[in-house]
Amino acid sequence: MAQPLPNQEKARYVLEVKDLSIFYGDFRAVTSVNVPVHRHMITAIIGPSGCGKSTLLRAFNRMNELVIGTSIEGEVLFEGENLYDPAVDPVEVRYRIGMVFQKPNPFPKSIYENIAWGARIHGYKGNMDELVESCLRQAALWDEVKDILKQSGLAISGGQQQRLCIARALAVQPEVILMDEPASALDPIATLKIEELMQELKKNYTIVIVTHNMQQAARASDYTAMMMLSANGERSGTVIEFDQTNRIFTNPRDKRTEDYVTGRFG
Amino acid sequence: MKAITTSTRPIGQSVQRPNPSLKGRGESLANYNVNTKGRRRKGSIWRWIFQLSTMIGIIALLALLLNIINGAFGYAVLEAKVDPATLAVNGVPLEEQSKGQLIGVLQSKLSSGAFNKLERDQPFAERSRANVYQLVIERLVKYDIKASWPLWDSLTHSGEIKATFARDYPNAQLRFISWFTADFVSRPQSSEALTAGVRTAILGSLWTILFTLLLAFPLGVGAAIYLEEYATDNRLNRLIRTNINNLAGVPSIVYGILGLAIFVRTLEPLTSGELFGLVDPTTANGRTVLAAGLTLGLLVLPIIIINAQEAIRAVPQSLRKASYGLGATKWQTIWSHVLPNAMPGILTGTILAISRAIGETAPLVVVGASTAISFDPASPFSKFTTLPIQIYQWTSRPQDEFRSLAAAAILVLLVILLSLNASAILLRNRFSRRL
Repeated sequence: MAQPLPNQEKARYVLEVKDLSIFYGDFRAVTSVNVPVHRHMITAIIGPSGCGKSTLLRAFNRMNELVIGTSIEGEVLFEGENLYDPAVDPVEVRYRIGMVFQKPNPFPKSIYENIAWGARIHGYKGNMDELVESCLRQAALWDEVKDILKQSGLAISGGQQQRLCIARALAVQPEVILMDEPASALDPIATLKIEELMQELKKNYTIVIVTHNMQQAARASDYTAMMMLSANGERSGTVIEFDQTNRIFTNPRDKRTEDYVTGRFG
Repeated sequence: MKAITTSTRPIGQSVQRPNPSLKGRGESLANYNVNTKGRRRKGSIWRWIFQLSTMIGIIALLALLLNIINGAFGYAVLEAKVDPATLAVNGVPLEEQSKGQLIGVLQSKLSSGAFNKLERDQPFAERSRANVYQLVIERLVKYDIKASWPLWDSLTHSGEIKATFARDYPNAQLRFISWFTADFVSRPQSSEALTAGVRTAILGSLWTILFTLLLAFPLGVGAAIYLEEYATDNRLNRLIRTNINNLAGVPSIVYGILGLAIFVRTLEPLTSGELFGLVDPTTANGRTVLAAGLTLGLLVLPIIIINAQEAIRAVPQSLRKASYGLGATKWQTIWSHVLPNAMPGILTGTILAISRAIGETAPLVVVGASTAISFDPASPFSKFTTLPIQIYQWTSRPQDEFRSLAAAAILVLLVILLSLNASAILLRNRFSRRL
């Protein structure tokens, strides 16, 4: 993937989804999505269960391909270049667009190794101790684990594990971080920490987050994409509205969005 | 919402009839037969059945062990052809003679032809004193075992045994013999029960297992990785997967025939060492340690593949996702996460495979294990015998004492099996701890 030209002003959008449909076998899970992702902003994807939020998120770094039988139509532009171009290596896509999963999934290795491994496989040659410390500091975890770096990543609490996973993602210096309901398995205090962390991280990274929790979307995100199953009985999800978060929550254009965000849905 | 009133119902009573105090709820509760006591009783019956089946298993195992131990020790009546006392030199009894004196005894009592043959087999200068002493016992004293009793009889009926001995064997001696001794383990094979040992067979078994593992472990784990991580789910691969399971159930004698056809006959230049110019002068063809190891390797390959597949499948998908999410390639994911996490399971499969291979007799008979060799296997291209072959051969002899030898050899086999498995378990625990 070519780097953007240095003298060209960076586009407003890091990622741009253009008329994207995603299929599991013959089943069209997501239909004709058009969504931009603004640089150094947090974009939330909200919507009811099963409407394809996570599927759409995984399309941003080609993680869907790990499930056999998935295919797409349309384009996802990353810095102006189609991620699904045959010449693009999915490994490089995932290297530049990192991911944090719903359930904390640290490697069953030491906390140190959890962070060092990702850097090492990408040929990191700098000072590993410094990198580990800086990633843990960025993930607001350093003070809690600095004395137990050699302990297993599974020995810390769920909230700490999730921040470790964020630190792990940071270690490969991604440009975008995708978060798939990162706080759904955590208690409110740990959730709050993750949200504060996101506000810190957006200074350097662009974040896309899928969430079930509308308060979280309202509190933490700058832009919101509202997804819903299409009404025509096909049970295929699509983005029905995309706007700045405060507009989605105060003055939505779509009646379905209004019903959903005010809790009147269903 | 109304408060739920079920808590007023005494715990432990089944609700079969409408309870008037529950008013409106009585009607719906009548459809439930809670009956916790009955459910618990049913559960405890199952518990007893399971406990019983465990007990039966343990009893069977104990019976097996006792039976073997019973055979491996006991009284035996020994009659010497030549009284050892007559072989004393200058008043020094046989047991205390030096190597030189023992050689002198041999030279004086054996025919010169027999003595020279011993010299040709292995020069006396190279033999140890223990070896020469053994030769004297074997060739001159020639103990003959007139009768032997198992351990249980020896302990409970020792009076009767001694009476029988005194009455029937006036010229013999009664000895309590432990057939399972350090000497037994370190002596080579012999046709005399008293001087027979299992060193040849132990070394044969170990050499064979070495080649079995060298073939089966890398191939098996490799195949499992391919089938689980790389192979797509098409008809051909499904067919392969099913048939690996079938292969694990093929009778071992069939593998023996396969081994004979492939390794002994077709690949003879390889298995006899001809290809490397290393032909062992004692082996006429491909019936070597290498051929046996490869045959057993084929035999245990499906076991290792199946267990490794299970272990790889059990690695959580979330780990793979985490790895791919960092931009790792497939191979980096497999090498750093899938394999280390699957290793304990893979090693469990390997333990099963070793246990299977070390106890196999039939395929080795077909491949051409030697039944009577007294020299140790020295290279992959040596003739060989293994412990199960040795045991099988001894049990088929008519004399009682060979059954005692077989029992002792079974004990040796069990010890080897347990120690091989223990090392695999230690290795597995080291992998598990690292996680």
